[in-house]
Formats: sequence, C-alpha cells, structure tokens
Amino acid sequence: MADLAVPLPAGTGSIGLEASGPRGPKPRHVFSRRNIFLYGTLIVVALYYLLPLYVMVVTSLKGMPEIRLGNIFSPPLEITFEPWVKAWSSACTGLNCDGLSRGFWNSVRITVPSVVLSIAIASVNGYALANWRFKGADTFFVILIVGAFIPYQVMIYPIVIILREIGLYGSLSGLVIVHSIFGMPILTLLFRNYFTSMPEELFRAARVDGAGFWGIYFRIMLPMSLPIFVVAIILQVTGIWNDFLFGVVYTRPDTYPMTVQLNNIVNSVQGVKEYNVNMAATILTGLVPLVVYFVSGKLFVRGIAAGAVKG
Amino acid sequence: MTRLKNPSVSIQDLSLNFGAISVLETLNIDVAEGEFIVLLGPSGCGKSTLLNCIAGLLDVSDGRIFIKGKNVTWEEPKDRGIGMVFQSYALYPQMTVEKNLSFGLRVAGIPRDEIAKRIARAAEILQIEPLLQRKPSALSGGQRQRVAIGRALVRDVDVFLFDEPLSNLDAKLRAELRVEIKLLHSKLQNTMIYVTHDQIEAMTLADRIAVMKGGVIQQLDAPQTIYNRPVNRFVAGFLGSPAMNFLDGRLEKNDGNWHFVAEDVRIPLATYAFEREPVPGAAVFGIRPEHVAFNSGSGWPFTATANVVVVEPMGSDTLVWLKLANQNFTVRVTSERTPNNADSVSIGFDPMRASLFDAATGNRL
Repeated sequence: MADLAVPLPAGTGSIGLEASGPRGPKPRHVFSRRNIFLYGTLIVVALYYLLPLYVMVVTSLKGMPEIRLGNIFSPPLEITFEPWVKAWSSACTGLNCDGLSRGFWNSVRITVPSVVLSIAIASVNGYALANWRFKGADTFFVILIVGAFIPYQVMIYPIVIILREIGLYGSLSGLVIVHSIFGMPILTLLFRNYFTSMPEELFRAARVDGAGFWGIYFRIMLPMSLPIFVVAIILQVTGIWNDFLFGVVYTRPDTYPMTVQLNNIVNSVQGVKEYNVNMAATILTGLVPLVVYFVSGKLFVRGIAAGAVKG
Repeated sequence: MTRLKNPSVSIQDLSLNFGAISVLETLNIDVAEGEFIVLLGPSGCGKSTLLNCIAGLLDVSDGRIFIKGKNVTWEEPKDRGIGMVFQSYALYPQMTVEKNLSFGLRVAGIPRDEIAKRIARAAEILQIEPLLQRKPSALSGGQRQRVAIGRALVRDVDVFLFDEPLSNLDAKLRAELRVEIKLLHSKLQNTMIYVTHDQIEAMTLADRIAVMKGGVIQQLDAPQTIYNRPVNRFVAGFLGSPAMNFLDGRLEKNDGNWHFVAEDVRIPLATYAFEREPVPGAAVFGIRPEHVAFNSGSGWPFTATANVVVVEPMGSDTLVWLKLANQNFTVRVTSERTPNNADSVSIGFDPMRASLFDAATGNRL
C-alpha cells in the first residue's frame, strides 16, 4: 500500500491517461455568442438612452438659423453658448425675464431642507422600529407603509386646506413640510430594513456598554450607515428636485421651483420657439440629480460594515 | 433544589414567554462567587435566552434575578455589573480597538486617565497591546474575540457573560482560546456564565454544567458527575462523543438478582448502583463506548461476542460498530487493535459504569 504514495517525477503523466489534451485555464473567446449577445444588448440600450441626450446637447449649442436647417443629429457648425446664458439668466416666464436662476435657487431652498429634514426623521424612525421594539411598532409600521401606496393626487386638496389653515400655503416652508412627509414611508422602510440587517449583537453590546437610545444612534448606528444615507440622499434629491406636481400646487410664481419654471419657459406660447434655449434650460434643470449620481456612485457601493462581525 | 448561601448570581422562578410560546419555565439556579458555570444544550434550548435575561437584554415574564445580592430584575444592562462577550464579537467597526475598549467607560463618563489605566491593564492581560490602534476589520478572528473579552474586562464587572464566544473560530483557535479563557478565569476569579453547545468546551471549562433542554435545566452538576451519572436519557445522549450506547430491553428479577434483558443478551446488574428501587419492566441500558473492553477475555461481569458491522478509524482510536441484541452498539478501541469488517469479536464491561433509564420517562433508574 505504501508504494502508492510515492510521488511521480515531474512531467510524467499518469499511466493510461491521455498525455495531451486540455490543461490549465479554459480558453475564452472574445467573439463568443454569449459576448455578442451581452455587449450587443448593452450597446443598443445605451444608444437608445444616450441619443436623445446627444440631440439635446447638440441642439443647445447651435444658433437658431442652424436649427431651422432641420439636421437634428448633425454636430453644430458653429458652437455658441448663448442659449445657455439666456436660459440661465434672461429667458422669460410670463412677466419675469430673469431666466432659470431664480427657480434654481428656489429649488435649492426647497430641496436642501426637505432632504435633511426627511432623512433625519426617517432614519430615527427606522432605527426605533428596527432596534427598539416598542408596543404597537408593527401597527405603526403597517400604517406608514400603506401611506406609500396612496396616490399623491388624492391628498393634494386636503393638504392645500391644511396648509392654508396653518398659514403656510404658498410658502417654501409649506412645500418643505409636504416633501418631508411624503418621503417618510419609503425612507423609513429603507432605514428600517437597513438597521434590521445590521448585526443585533452590536446593538446589544452597546446597551451592555451603557449607551442609550441617542447614544447608540449617533455613536454606533450613524457611523455604520453611510451607504444607506447616500442611497436616501440620492432618492430624495432626485425626487424632490424633479418634483413638479407639489411645486406647482403649493407655491406661488415667485417661489416656483426650477421644474415649474422650466415648464413655463418651454411652454410659453408668445414669440418664436427657441429650441436651443429650451434644450439648454432642460439640461440645466436635470444637472443637479445627474451630479448627485456621479459624485455619490462610489459611496453607494462601498460596504462600510466590513469587519463588524465574524471573520 | 438547594440554594447557595451568598450566590453571585441567583435566578429565582424565572419564566419567559413570547406570546404563547414558553421559552423558559420557572427556572432556578444559583451561581457561587467566582464559579464558572456553563449552560449547555442543543440550539433552541433557551440557554442564550437565559443569558440575555441575566444581562437585561430581554425582559422576563416572571421571576427575579439577583446579582451580588441586589435585585436587578428591572435594571438596565449597564447597571447590573455584568460584561458580555458575544458570538459574533460585536465590535464597533468604525472604532479602533482602543476606542472599542473605552466606549463603555466614555459613556459612563469615567475620567480619561482612569480609562487609560484600565485599557492598559486589559491589553496586558489579553496581550493585545500592539493592536490598540487597529480597526476590527484588520484583526483576525482570535484577536477580535480577545478584544471582545477585553471590552468586558475594562468595565471592572462582577460577572462575565459569554454567549458562545468561540463558535465562530476554527477548531485550532477554539482550542487555544479555550485554554486562555480558563487561564483568565483562574487569574481574575470572577463569576463567569458561559453558553455553549460544544460539550468539550463545557467539560473543560466548567466548575458546574447546567444541561438545558426545552427551557428547563435537566441537570446541574460537576462535569464528571454529569458525564458518569446523567440524570436522564437526554443528558446521557447529549454528552459524550462518540455518543453513549443505548439498548432497549427489560428489567427482570431472577433468583433475587436483577438482570437487564434484550433478546438473547442478559446483563447482570449486581454491581449497578440503583438510584431508586427497581421494578420489572421496559428499560434502556446505556454504556459509553470507551467503557467497553474489547477482546480482553473473561473476568468481566458481562461478556458477549458480536459481529463487526462498520469500522470508523478516527486517528487516535477507532470506533467499531457492532450488532448486539440486533441493536447498534459501538466500542472504542485503540487504533492498533482495529478489527476487520465481519470479524466476530468479544466484548466485556462492568455494569457499574453503565446508566439505566426508565423507558417511558427517560429518568435514571
């Protein structure tokens, strides 16, 4: 039996087995059917979404005479940034002719407090629901989730009345409150699920160490939840920035957010349709969510909880 | 049950229900000062739940918990004078080892130089001084568990609670840390309550083991007593690897002598110490594989011949599976004496080392 264990000299194959034949890593072909399907589909889909953006950028860089030629896919013969400047600072909406800039700052004043407020409240909600099982927590959670499924349109008029009664109708702070409330169900769900997925023993260890509700929240949970905060920020910034319905209902012309102003510029009926200005204005309006995506994409993916438990 | 005089931890009539499900049932246990108690049982037996109740992480449904003579049933975990070590280590991932150790002390508002002193002491005891500035993610499993123990250590507590602290480690590290925990206990002389499902850990570490099943403590005794004189069939089967042999049969009295009878096998019980007055009827005979002598001739109160069914070599020794009275029966033999399959072998043992159980209740006879 012992002689079986003697190692064969290097280079000799086992007796009776084929000497040549596959060995080492399996070769991969660049133009395999799988790759063609995979990358083909990706390229087609990418083109489908990028083409309109291309047309917008190209059109916004052309002068009106060039646009009238009708070659929407051709690159600009003469690049001009005038439509961008006009869209930002002097396009007319009704009586005002100060461009999108006012709407931009209104949107900032709406988005920033709404995002901060809604995420601050929702994260504490989610934390309490996940870690401090208080009496009636499940009922509370169900009610909150049902809220996520009620169409916004149903609630527009009651909210108008409520805001009027408390004297906030037409003001930015009224809109901030509306946005914060409507963000609550989905954000709370998001945070609750994230905190539930965190190892419960961490929470227990912190309790044994003597930390209380806020101590655990700020010193243990918050530092570990950067990814979910980034997700929430992306959701809220894009959602609130792109909102049109609440903006047009709950604000006045001088406090209109950017989206409403964009609509008014693009849909204004008097005079010539300035396609280049409209395109530039649209891109400007969409720029903020786009920047948020690109800046926070990496944080999105990174796992912060690595090394918390096990090995 | 007899109560200790000045117990470090005393649990009185503790019950815990989750809705209709009863997890712990009027449980009583006293832990002496400086004692190492192991709560041992299969998953779902309530051992971790009991530990969480002692820690104050779960509210009890009934009963009282005393630590150092103080009723802590309604106290917050931090006010109970306990430190806890978790299975998953539960280190705060965003903090360095030093910050992990000092977290509880900082929360409690202890002065900075005192914190530094305690950390230095804990780090020295656990030999983690070079690791203090590292994050948990840069530590190995064994180092993480050391830090987790250190977190309990710095808090200067009376009672240490361990919740399966070694289960996440590989076998080699587990053996090493087991010894370290034992050394730590002899050095600190703190009361320690240790939950595990690993019988080796229980046997090696414990002053006393509490074997639990279904939220009830089956037996609370010194490891050797539990091993040699299990109070019921569950305890007998749970402890010991390879497991104890059980033969189903009857108790009979012939000519004034008790015998255990299963088919053609008759085991004389003259040397067996009965726990209570035996009555004829169905019974289970249990004997550990290592208490059976193999091919060692006569001279035993009971001898038999049997056919080998399977042989399992385990390195240090070999487990031989036999058929005795048409039931599985294992014998542990040294590896040099390994028989072949289908050999007919002779075995012998002294019923003094056996355990007899009532077939219906499973209680020791």
